[in-house]
Amino acid sequence: MNAIYDFSILTGGIHEWLSGLMSPTAVMITEMVIIGTLLIVFVALMGLVLVLAERKVAAFFQLRLGPNRVGPWGSLQTLADFLKLLTKELITTKSADKFLYNLAPFIVMLTPFLALGVIPFAPGLQIMDMNIGVFFITAVSSMGVLGILIGGWASNNKYSLIGGMRSAAMVVSYELSVTLAIMTMVIMTESLSLSEIVASQSDGWWIIKGHIPALIAFLLYLTASTAETNRGPFDLAEAESELTAGFHTEYGGIKFAFFFLSEFVNMLVVASIATILFFGGWMPFHLPFEWAVGFNHIMDFIPGIVWGFGKVTFVIFLMMWFRWTFPRLRIDQILNLEWKYLLPMNLVNFLLMALIALSGFYL
Amino acid sequence: MGNEAIIMLFLTGLVLVGGGIGAAMVLGPKRWNKVKEEPYECGIETTGPSWLQFRVGYYLFAILFLIFDVETVFIVPVATSIKELGVAAFIEVVIFFVILGLGLLYAWKKGALKWE
Repeated sequence: MNAIYDFSILTGGIHEWLSGLMSPTAVMITEMVIIGTLLIVFVALMGLVLVLAERKVAAFFQLRLGPNRVGPWGSLQTLADFLKLLTKELITTKSADKFLYNLAPFIVMLTPFLALGVIPFAPGLQIMDMNIGVFFITAVSSMGVLGILIGGWASNNKYSLIGGMRSAAMVVSYELSVTLAIMTMVIMTESLSLSEIVASQSDGWWIIKGHIPALIAFLLYLTASTAETNRGPFDLAEAESELTAGFHTEYGGIKFAFFFLSEFVNMLVVASIATILFFGGWMPFHLPFEWAVGFNHIMDFIPGIVWGFGKVTFVIFLMMWFRWTFPRLRIDQILNLEWKYLLPMNLVNFLLMALIALSGFYL
Repeated sequence: MGNEAIIMLFLTGLVLVGGGIGAAMVLGPKRWNKVKEEPYECGIETTGPSWLQFRVGYYLFAILFLIFDVETVFIVPVATSIKELGVAAFIEVVIFFVILGLGLLYAWKKGALKWE
């Protein structure tokens, strides 16, 4: 990997420059403010881009044009939507539990923020390098369902309650598959730190090195995480045709925008983890063979940030593809799929991966 | 940054959502209307309370989830070090999984996974 693409040179330089100016505490606070501001800008930008991408992808799958009026190629459509939502009146229904009703958007937005903190997007571009990163993300992302459940219950609306309960039953079920699929890969990586997992793939990605169990784990992870982020074909929590808007029926204006944004940021988080575990994060595509040295050198010239975001975009596109291709499932079908198929498959796959790890039958 | 960044991430989320709602409060119109406060229900007036008794199926799945979630916590240390621990650990994991599988099978046969 070329050192010139390493962001830690830039961040280290800023850190040293600030250290020369102020006391360590002031440096820490200043850095926190800078990183926090950048993170908000990043999340807002990703939200705008991903919502537009979703609508464009949906349009192309259905042979429509999609948004094409505001700005070139409809590129400013989501910005206009955001401004419209921002200037809407905030309404709280009279029968709602006021405190919990207003708390739900906070919880829903906090979880992807906490998860984004440990993800390495490019060499050196990681807010905190936690040694239990994978475990932290699993723990934090299971908090997201709380926001949906609280929002659904506190609205005091029958559609919201049904949507929230469905979502709770579904998300907790699929969380098992997500965690087990991740743990299957942890057998190979032998580390819970996301940056170490990326570093272990410098000679090839785990989806190639890990043989068939890695491929099965990827498919299981992709299916389960699509369900965990409440996206179609598992978007029962907000099944429009039967539940109006599900758990966020009573939310309007900017509060609705945060529920909507959190779905897309969650998708980004999930896609980033898939990228890190299976496609080597920001690592370039390397072939683990003797004769491929030249090829590997050429791949090194593409910056890590391009690799990282390129792969994340690919996984997000896969998830959008799912949504606009498969019809929505029923709640009993969804729970059957998890408990009778994915979970037993995951348990067997875990043992298979352990067997491969022990026999040393991997690259 | 070190682990104190969690505080920063937490505050950042609070600032974003709080700022958004605060801005909407300032920018948005405030025209109170009795009908606006009604919960939505197909456009007709709401009938009866919405916080009703709920079907037991959801709770059954929650309990099952609890059992398997604790199991995944046990998996974490095994998964990180199974390459060093070797065959003995693998046999232990197999026994552990067989017990769990029997538990799932029991729940399955008892009809806990059924949805009617």
